[in-house]
Amino acid sequence: MQDELFAARDLTIALPGSQGSMIRIVENLSFSLAPREILGIVGESGSGKSMTALAIMGLIDVPGARITGSMLFKGQELVGLGARALRRLRGREIAMIFQDPMTALTPVHTIGWQIDEQIRAHESLSRAGARARTIDLLGEMGVPDPRRAADRYPHQLSGGLRQRAMIAMALSCNPSLLIADEPTTALDVTVQAQILDLLRRLRHNFGSSVLLITHDMGVVAETCDRTLVLYAGNVAERGPTGDIFAHPGHPYARALLASIPPLHGVRPSRLLSIPGQPPSPAERPAGCPFRPRCPQAHAQCEQTPPMVRRGEQDIACVLAAPEPVQA
Amino acid sequence: MAMALLRRLGQTVLVLFGISVLVFLVFFATPGADPTARIAGRNASPETMALIRHQYGFDRPLPVQYERMMVSLFVTRDLTSFVDHGERVVPEVFRAAPVTLSLVFGAAIVWVLASIGMGTLATALRGSLVDRGLMILGLIGISMPVFWLGEVINLVTQSRMHDSWMFSWVPGLGYVPLTQDPVGWFKVLVIPWITLAILFIGIYGRVLRADLVAAYSEDFMRTAQAKGLSASRVLFRHGLRTSMITFVSLFGLDFAQLVGGGALLTEVVFGLQGVGRLTYQALSNLDLPLIMATVMYSAVFVVLANALVDILYVLLDPRVRDAG
Repeated sequence: MQDELFAARDLTIALPGSQGSMIRIVENLSFSLAPREILGIVGESGSGKSMTALAIMGLIDVPGARITGSMLFKGQELVGLGARALRRLRGREIAMIFQDPMTALTPVHTIGWQIDEQIRAHESLSRAGARARTIDLLGEMGVPDPRRAADRYPHQLSGGLRQRAMIAMALSCNPSLLIADEPTTALDVTVQAQILDLLRRLRHNFGSSVLLITHDMGVVAETCDRTLVLYAGNVAERGPTGDIFAHPGHPYARALLASIPPLHGVRPSRLLSIPGQPPSPAERPAGCPFRPRCPQAHAQCEQTPPMVRRGEQDIACVLAAPEPVQA
Repeated sequence: MAMALLRRLGQTVLVLFGISVLVFLVFFATPGADPTARIAGRNASPETMALIRHQYGFDRPLPVQYERMMVSLFVTRDLTSFVDHGERVVPEVFRAAPVTLSLVFGAAIVWVLASIGMGTLATALRGSLVDRGLMILGLIGISMPVFWLGEVINLVTQSRMHDSWMFSWVPGLGYVPLTQDPVGWFKVLVIPWITLAILFIGIYGRVLRADLVAAYSEDFMRTAQAKGLSASRVLFRHGLRTSMITFVSLFGLDFAQLVGGGALLTEVVFGLQGVGRLTYQALSNLDLPLIMATVMYSAVFVVLANALVDILYVLLDPRVRDAG
């Protein structure tokens, strides 16, 4: 794996809890991202997926937070990188778009001003030069009449246009990695499809890799080359999206997929749901974190499960057979 | 634009009318306020009383009296005091106004600049000792009564340490008009400015810090950081710019209140013959013409300050602009 753009190894994020204890939000997370690849990170809320994104950006500003392990970006270690070096990467090499484009843009500046600002923070470009690029970018993102749109304030644009402006801003310095944290959750379904389509085209038009964070299995199936299923801060399963959807190995991934309504065949009278709640990071059980909710849990699950390799999938479950089970 | 101005003018007239009627009625409902007896002096004969009552028009119905007073206040401007015979009240207010305006404008500049500095510095270093120190200083500033602080400062600068190099430049108490001697004006006012501003620096600095720290949990601040902007740019261009909205509305209220006579204690302590003192004098003498004149003056400033705040809102927040 020489050609990977980004690689996390044993990434652990711990935040200070009450009475001096450290609560591990994300534990021993490893994954890699090749150039122009789209990797999906799926998990429920609280599974640590947004925390992972913020850790890559160096934006966890909780006092006393501890990040251990390693994150290599183009061969440069991000864990423990100084604020100044990190700031040079942010926005230029690694850019991020957020869930709600309404609140993620500063309400008192025009979107053109905000995109110009990012360009001029990283490149010595004249005001007019930056604005010309801003208008080009907005046009490429499918914003109609980009020249006028640049002079509008966030509240004057629709949710879809705001998210397009947000993506234009993220792409303004040609980043090699784009982190998209639930980019479509706040949008309605038709706009959602357009934004996903836009994200898929980025790797051809801009050569960017995308780390797509979502809780929506549909979004993953539609968009991602590879998928990482996160459960309570731990990897449950990772591998090519097609393989995971065809034969999920981890009981959690299986249950997640079983809770999607089928398009063909008999319509089930009730959709499957996973009993119980994910454990809070402070009360996570030892061993496999999914154990309390797993229908196949047994004594062996009290030990930390090994990563079982099956084809191109990695499954964190003792029950995973090295060969796909033909269902 | 013209429409908005007209609407604002109409509101001003309405506010002035309402307040003046209220002041007028409250005055005549107050026991012992009968102006005839005051003007006539002690042991005046019933004939004199009747003469005065007729001369001043106190025997007319209240609406007529009200109308006559308003005409002589706003149109002919020759309304005279009930207490000091023949003293015209309009020039009196116009003499006091520049003193108060000089005091309050200067103090406002000091407190706005200092509190923005204090709020942003505390936010940038939040959690540190500097932050905590600044917030405690702010609290001390809020807790010190302005008359006490003023007296202590006077004691130090006018008497105890007046002969030292530090305070030998401090002139005696009183007011020097700006047009007469700008340097003297500045020298005489700089200490009152700081004294009056200290309370507001404490309040505004703490409010601004709270707003700014809250702004840091907003998504757009995270976006600004994710863009790779410098910490100061994130703080000033994104955080402060959005937090100024609360700051400005608070400022409008306090500023109007002070210009309208709320700086009384500072005026008294530093021997400044301003509007606050004039109002106090009018109230303690129950001198209706002077009360009316000072109240009208401060009402005009409250309305003006509100208009100014509305304009600033529109400049600061594009969302208000669109709401019309």
